[in-house]
Amino acid sequence: MNGLLSADARERMLKRDEISGSEILLRTLLLEGVECVFGYPGGAVLYIYDAMHGNPDFRHLLTRHEQGAIHAADGYARSTGKTGVCLATSGPGATNLVTGIATAYMDSVPLVVITGNVATSLIGTDSFQEADIIGITQPITKHGFLVRRAEDLARTIREAFYIANTGRKGPVLVDIPKDVSADIVPFVYPETIELPGYAPETEPREADVRELADAILESRKPLLLAGGGVISSGASGELAELIGMTGIPVTTTLLGLGGVPASHELWLGMPGMHGTYAANQALMQCDLLVSVGARFDDRVTMRLDGFARRARIAHIDIDAAEIGKLVPTAIGVAGDAALVLRTLNEALRERLEEIEDWIEESAPWADHVRRMKHEVPLRYRDSETELKPQYVMEMIARTTGGDAIVTTDVGQHQMWAAQYGRYEHPRTFLSSGGLGTMGFGFPSAIGAQIGNPNRLVVSVNGDGGMQMCSQELAVCAIHNIPVKIVVFNNRTLGMIRQWQELIYESRYSHIDLSGSPDFVKLAEAYGVKGLRASNKAEAERVWQEALETDGPVLIDFVIAKDELVFPMIPQGKTLADMILGEE
Amino acid sequence: METKEYISVLVLDTPGVLQRVSGLFARRGYNIDSITVGSSEREGMSRMIVAARGDDRQIGQICSQLAKLIDVVAVIRLNERPAVARELMLIKLTITPEHRLEVQHLIDTFRCSIIDAGTNVLIVQVVGDKEKNDAFLQLVKSYGILEVTRTGETAMNRG
Repeated sequence: MNGLLSADARERMLKRDEISGSEILLRTLLLEGVECVFGYPGGAVLYIYDAMHGNPDFRHLLTRHEQGAIHAADGYARSTGKTGVCLATSGPGATNLVTGIATAYMDSVPLVVITGNVATSLIGTDSFQEADIIGITQPITKHGFLVRRAEDLARTIREAFYIANTGRKGPVLVDIPKDVSADIVPFVYPETIELPGYAPETEPREADVRELADAILESRKPLLLAGGGVISSGASGELAELIGMTGIPVTTTLLGLGGVPASHELWLGMPGMHGTYAANQALMQCDLLVSVGARFDDRVTMRLDGFARRARIAHIDIDAAEIGKLVPTAIGVAGDAALVLRTLNEALRERLEEIEDWIEESAPWADHVRRMKHEVPLRYRDSETELKPQYVMEMIARTTGGDAIVTTDVGQHQMWAAQYGRYEHPRTFLSSGGLGTMGFGFPSAIGAQIGNPNRLVVSVNGDGGMQMCSQELAVCAIHNIPVKIVVFNNRTLGMIRQWQELIYESRYSHIDLSGSPDFVKLAEAYGVKGLRASNKAEAERVWQEALETDGPVLIDFVIAKDELVFPMIPQGKTLADMILGEE
Repeated sequence: METKEYISVLVLDTPGVLQRVSGLFARRGYNIDSITVGSSEREGMSRMIVAARGDDRQIGQICSQLAKLIDVVAVIRLNERPAVARELMLIKLTITPEHRLEVQHLIDTFRCSIIDAGTNVLIVQVVGDKEKNDAFLQLVKSYGILEVTRTGETAMNRG
């Protein structure tokens, strides 16, 4: 259970025994601090699973689908900051991981993905369950290794962990042919590793930071845009200090939620397609935009020619290739967000007197932005008879105080969770932002719960995405993993329906999910408690019951089909074209 | 402004490195004239020369994306300093006796060489930058080209 090995165990594992490739793999994973591997066995990984048999130190969680395993590893990684590990067999086992790999790649999540492959003598012969998974995943991995000799295994695994969780993080694939996992060789654990082509630069250039400090003090309407990089680098403290010192308002992207406490008065909410009025207007009006660890996704910028037109753009990113990729950037600072902000804060602290004057001059802007936030808040039409998903998210936020870890699937409920949830801390909002992967919401919560056994984990799903990985209910039941599974059940693919209604003149095409299972009975069939609510009073009661239940609970919140996510900016429009929705 | 630039990419000799580099170009839709690859002066490392077209920002993007690949050790924009570039081209020409002299004249002017000659066929070797090779190819077109093979340009900085 414990990822931290005792000194004794460590010493025992470092011994130069003659052991199989599989045992080398398990030892190396344990020495890397892995506390749980999410996986699914198969022919090409039989030696590896055999080595696990009777190994008391090694923890493996058997999911019901490889996709569940990799999303769980992803949820573990996003919620803990540690590297998530999953394991699957060759061929179909490996290809079932592809969506999860792409999900992690798009959101820069550190994963080590281990696949078995057919024996080296069979590679390239189209043998049974053979797939070139390195080739298949090449555009969606940070790197991939095919291990050809058992002697190379320990070093390769160490390199994979190092690459996955440094620089711009991401998934690394390690493909292990069956004979390599069987071969018996002396175990040599490399204390150091050498990667001549990999030196992630994390320290910013001082001149760049000075230029950024100058730009801030020259601006009168500055705005911060904080993305997933703030969470990934652990830069929330530095960001809070910058905001505290300068009073610059801040908007956080979907992946940046929790990077700034939702209760902060200068936090404007999320920008973009379903962003707040204040955040989008501030982007339109600011004269300096400082992006920290965000990559100007099209869901944030909307049409680029209408994005932050009045602003000089400063971009802090650990990936130099992101700077200037989409938006012309006046000041680029390549480096780790926490280090950059620390250096920036120091540079500004040396100019405190100037800052005091500057705050006075930029005060009208800060006031204006705060006014927009209060005058045009997020809004929905509440109802006493019908259950509103926004109300449910507010209820969850109210009862958990922003301390729960919330995972989401993809669609309307994801946006409601982003808008009406309250995220006070980093790593408490986990969502597939870049790839938009349905089926992510539930298994990722299992991984988050494994990584955070003492915290409340809430998984928010729609009735569509819930059915993409519902088989993992078995895992929750068997191991009593106490995830609270929320299903917003509107019997339709809500976000697609919304687009069809607003953009395709209500020509609803293949979005009807009637005929889905009774989710309460589905949960019960697996041995998970199932509850249902169709109005406010029921919602309050069953949610309380769920919170008081020790084990996993699925709550089926029955909501209306025609509830829409607002505000909304249709694709192809600019930030100026917000539809605010009902009063 | 769109220019042509040479990018020198030092890579580790690992299986799949060429695929990673070419996959990057395909995926991101970069405008590439040619890629050459061969061993370098350093053991275990190869050098690729990428001839790419784009404005300063686009070429910069290509270089930053290349530099991110784990097996890429160094990326250098050769055009930042004086550089030379050469391509090897082989052309198989059909040739009639009455044109032989004309063609020989062209070959001399362009400082090419004949590396194989049959009754009606010549293989001409041309070494030069891409533009020179293009020009030569244009000139001999009318004599009847059976086959052309080109290596793509390789390049290095002067001095």
